[in-house]
Amino acid sequence: MRRLVILLAVVAMLAAACSSSSDETTTTAAGGGGTDETTTTAVEAESDLQAQVNACQPGETDGDLNLYNWTEYIPYGSEAEDYEVTDLVAKFEEEYGVKIVQTFYEDNETMLAQIEAGGAPYDVIVPSDYMVSTMADPEVNLLVKINQDAIPNLVNLDPLFDNAPYDPTGEYSVPYQAGTSGFGFAYAALDEAGVDYESGISWGLVFDPAMSEPFAGKISMLNDERETLGAALKYLGYSVNTTDQAELDEATAILKAANERIAAYDSAAFDDLLMAGETVIGHGWNGGFLGSYDQASTDDYDAYEDFGYAVPNEGGIVWVDLMAIPVTAEHPCTALTFINFILDAENGGDLTNYTYYMSPNLAAYEYIDPDILGDEMVFPSDETMAKLEFIADVGDFSLNYSDAFAEAKG
Amino acid sequence: MSVQQGTAHRPWVDRILTINGWLIFGFLYLPILILVIYSFSDSKIVGVWGGFTWKWYDRMFGNPEMMGALSNSIKVALISTVIATILGTMGALALDRYRKWLGKGAFDVIMYMPVIIPEVTMGAMLLIWFTQVLPINLSIWTIILGHIAFSASFVAIIVRARLANLDDSLEEAARDLYANRWTTFRRVTLPLIMPGVMGGALLALTLSLDDVIITEFVQGPGASLLPVYVFGLIKRQVTPEINAVSTLMLGISMVLVFVSLGFQARSRSGSKGN
Repeated sequence: MRRLVILLAVVAMLAAACSSSSDETTTTAAGGGGTDETTTTAVEAESDLQAQVNACQPGETDGDLNLYNWTEYIPYGSEAEDYEVTDLVAKFEEEYGVKIVQTFYEDNETMLAQIEAGGAPYDVIVPSDYMVSTMADPEVNLLVKINQDAIPNLVNLDPLFDNAPYDPTGEYSVPYQAGTSGFGFAYAALDEAGVDYESGISWGLVFDPAMSEPFAGKISMLNDERETLGAALKYLGYSVNTTDQAELDEATAILKAANERIAAYDSAAFDDLLMAGETVIGHGWNGGFLGSYDQASTDDYDAYEDFGYAVPNEGGIVWVDLMAIPVTAEHPCTALTFINFILDAENGGDLTNYTYYMSPNLAAYEYIDPDILGDEMVFPSDETMAKLEFIADVGDFSLNYSDAFAEAKG
Repeated sequence: MSVQQGTAHRPWVDRILTINGWLIFGFLYLPILILVIYSFSDSKIVGVWGGFTWKWYDRMFGNPEMMGALSNSIKVALISTVIATILGTMGALALDRYRKWLGKGAFDVIMYMPVIIPEVTMGAMLLIWFTQVLPINLSIWTIILGHIAFSASFVAIIVRARLANLDDSLEEAARDLYANRWTTFRRVTLPLIMPGVMGGALLALTLSLDDVIITEFVQGPGASLLPVYVFGLIKRQVTPEINAVSTLMLGISMVLVFVSLGFQARSRSGSKGN
């Protein structure tokens, strides 16, 4: 008992020490509950950087680039050689005489925490769509507005990404790579069950009890509440961003009913499960499946003959990773120059030839390997594109999605 | 040995224990063995054997980002282990030797905190500590500090366990023979607690080498460590390159374990010689 009292006292002392010293020293735009004084400093610091950004000229550099990116998301070194594409890191360094220091993250939320805390001087970050809306929120204000005059290559962008829900004004972010989620599948299993996939497939492969029965225990779904409930919502003909509890309940019920046929909820190895024969239908991101099919193909074996990928006819989710400049950036002009460099037609082509993701860069299409470009698995048909939705921030309703997903998984 | 003697009249118990031992051994080491075997597989899919090849090792050594992450990992692990072992051992001695000092009880409890609290909490705490309170920019040094912060506790706990079993009379005898405090520590106490210190150091090294969560919170520009890199790789593509790099790290850890075992054996025979 005495120890507990001492422990509590110490914790209280530490807390007091922390809060008092942070009041004195906060200089970052961490937001949330500071005193008036700290808020002013944060705004000043931010507007300082914003002024610097606004003054940058196209092609201007102001130091080495600290790039905070996902692992192996830009062709570099031996990886670039393997994929027979230009080493974009080396090319940028050579063209502009500055270095790119790459650091890797594997989780949007940890990256957010680092930027929020300050002290993480990255110049360009590559958050996913929903994370852009979180970070650009005026209450946290973690991104600076892009100086569009310094990025002449913005004209190359696909208008599909205009007015997107994650960044309605397009002021805070520039698309990097995009893709869809859908089903990867083994043709043999669909043939055996008599499913006609020539005219497209349906989410019913999981959610329709009769259609799904032959694949029971051989299906994996993403372990992601918005993606997987989104699939159920699309099957029912609703929006993936619904905030109608009745619609969500309906989706929860059909996912729960499908649970017994689902072997795994897996967001990391859905492609490996399919390739290893553990599953015959897998819900996942196109880049993951195509990368695996490509890796599995050799001179004598074409994995694309055995495996396919499609966004179901009811429509699905399109995701996009974007480039943005956080308020902690120290070299904003190099950052803008880098963003412009990525939006260059030829560089954009190399990027997609390496990642096998959809390019948001229309001008890059002529440099993209025709096999990838003509592949509906990567670049869906206009008809499918029209039925895709971005995942939008649904505010407090996101808790309802979490609860629903937990309930459905059981 | 004593188990065998005690159950000599019931050989089946002995046999079951042996089988149990082998099962545990297999459970622990077979997955590692399979990981090593598949690092030589000439198939791009992990878990499908496609004939023998060195190519994943070639690719691994030719991948500058991965090698950079590996050398960062080794640097962080070595520096943080040395400092954490010294700090942890000093902390354990202070707690064990000085029976009463102000705040000892609290210190005692706090010592266990990094072991108990979830890694995510620890990572977030360290991040706020570095960036808001100190405030310093994140870099490889914040990772090292972070690793010291959690591994020092583990070292202290292990060394304390060793100290608790230590016979006070050995040190008293040394002092009776006019050894001063430093000589007593160096010639008597330290050799006696050495297995604990080395055990703690090995644990600190292991923890540092495979930590993802705390590292990701406190990493700075250009300072990605291998576990974070590999974790990110899994999101895109799992190739046997991951097996190759795991095998390499396994090899490095094993060399370190053998070196430390050798060191322990030598220091033990050395202290007997005295």
